[in-house]
Amino acid sequence: MNRLLGYGSVEDRWGSRASETEALELRGVEKSFKKRRGETVRALDSVSFAVGKGEVVGILGPNGSGKSTLVRIVSTLVVPDAGTVEVFGVDAVRHPKVVQRCMNRVSVEASFFKKLSAMENLLYGAKLYGVTSREARPRIAEILENVGFARKRALEPMEHLSRGMQQKIALARALLTSPVLMLLDEPTTGLGPRSKKDVQGFIRRIKGEHDSSILLCTHDMDEAEELCDRIGIMVDGRIVALDEPEALKRRYAAGAETPTLEETFMTATGLSVEEASAEGEE
Amino acid sequence: MNAGRATRPLWLSEMIAIWGYVQRNYFLTKRYLMWEIVWLVYVTVNAMAITYIGAGAASFGGGTIDTERFMTYLLVGALLWNYLSMLFDVLSETVSWERWEGTIEYTFMSPSSRVTHLLGMGLYAVVYGIFQTALTLGACYMLFDLDLSHANYWGALLVLATCSVSLVGFGIVAAVLPLLSPEKGQGVSYIVSSVLLLVSGVYYDVAVLPGWMQAIATVSPVTYALTGARAALLDGAGAAELWGSIWPLLIMGVVFVPLGMLVFGLGERYAKRTGKLKRSG
Repeated sequence: MNRLLGYGSVEDRWGSRASETEALELRGVEKSFKKRRGETVRALDSVSFAVGKGEVVGILGPNGSGKSTLVRIVSTLVVPDAGTVEVFGVDAVRHPKVVQRCMNRVSVEASFFKKLSAMENLLYGAKLYGVTSREARPRIAEILENVGFARKRALEPMEHLSRGMQQKIALARALLTSPVLMLLDEPTTGLGPRSKKDVQGFIRRIKGEHDSSILLCTHDMDEAEELCDRIGIMVDGRIVALDEPEALKRRYAAGAETPTLEETFMTATGLSVEEASAEGEE
Repeated sequence: MNAGRATRPLWLSEMIAIWGYVQRNYFLTKRYLMWEIVWLVYVTVNAMAITYIGAGAASFGGGTIDTERFMTYLLVGALLWNYLSMLFDVLSETVSWERWEGTIEYTFMSPSSRVTHLLGMGLYAVVYGIFQTALTLGACYMLFDLDLSHANYWGALLVLATCSVSLVGFGIVAAVLPLLSPEKGQGVSYIVSSVLLLVSGVYYDVAVLPGWMQAIATVSPVTYALTGARAALLDGAGAAELWGSIWPLLIMGVVFVPLGMLVFGLGERYAKRTGKLKRSG
């Protein structure tokens, strides 16, 4: 399993507890947050879906629809009010340390120690997962080569790197820990066209060469259509539709002609793509 | 590489993570070297200025004062407070610092345990604090005619080491405050630090304080560390005489470290339930 990263299988790690078919399964997950004036905001409303082993599932939704809360709950950073989250059959709320070993996340903000170099950040990130510098260095070299990142620049402070380069380092950091479940929360938002293409190419490569399962939250229609096996549409904390791209489009077709994913999204959410991308509260 | 990691015992992974935190802080110290030098100069000059208070005390009618002893008393207070407050601050700023850098979510979603995280922070603070204090002491030693003829350095180090453990626990308890309140938590931990400075007898004997402050001083590890370290450095007190300072520190270490971990765990759970982990304001 997973030639490039050389991981052991999930079954090796968790034995019989590993789920047979699902990498991630959410059932009836709910989450509300209290705001300062006592009002309650419902971020997730009975969210249920699964990501199969080796599958890429995309979640499309406007800003503030609950995508980031969803990723934070799966990555054990937020505890749900109700429902269950299972990663390879292991309850992520009851056994966070077990599931943390097998997943990693890339978010919209690169989130590094800005004064440290890319290499120092990567070595630090690897050690938190029990990987020594000696083990990490050849892997870092290999991954950086794969993403077309000049090794010399890995010694520069992160704050000297462009957003696109920082995002490549964020992907490298995630891959370095050998995740079998990758959580990508708008990894290309705010990137220039070239960097976006590079990062998407890298995700495609992960998809093609690894059997990692990926949950990709985005509001980029092309990205979702190109990278995902199935796409879900999320509005106001609810998954209103989840299917393969073509099936999803057919579901919202008004006439004989199959709509684009953008048209499908607008029909499902009642929002234009511009409105969906506008600043919201997540 | 990952085959090795998969079969690696948990304790070894945690040790690697502790080294990761120590090494990261070392890298950061290197990157902020100019600021570290500025801070070292400030701390050294501050210690010198406080020590000169002792030199000037005689001019206020204190003819019977043993000036050398008083200056050494003040310097020991300044140096120890610098070390212990740094230890407390590093621990108590663990959460707010990572929030400021934007890395807190990555640290909290990693599989290394919170004990590992906080011990890694504490270990670096101890090593760096000792290094910084030694440099300050060296600079002051060249400038002042200090009365360290009877000093029991090993005894002072023993007291300091014991106090470091209990202060790490104390700092961990304070570190939970920014988790509970992102806006006000760090501010409260600074108040705790300033109260420790006031009541622990850093520059004067605790006996001069009002009764209620003396009561607070009995639960401050800094009080016992200063009493013990001064006894060792000024009077050359041996292990038997230092025991009176060491046993309260041992008890505080046994109580504060697990209590700190427990409180931090509850605070982390609260922050994850309310979504306050990432919020910085």
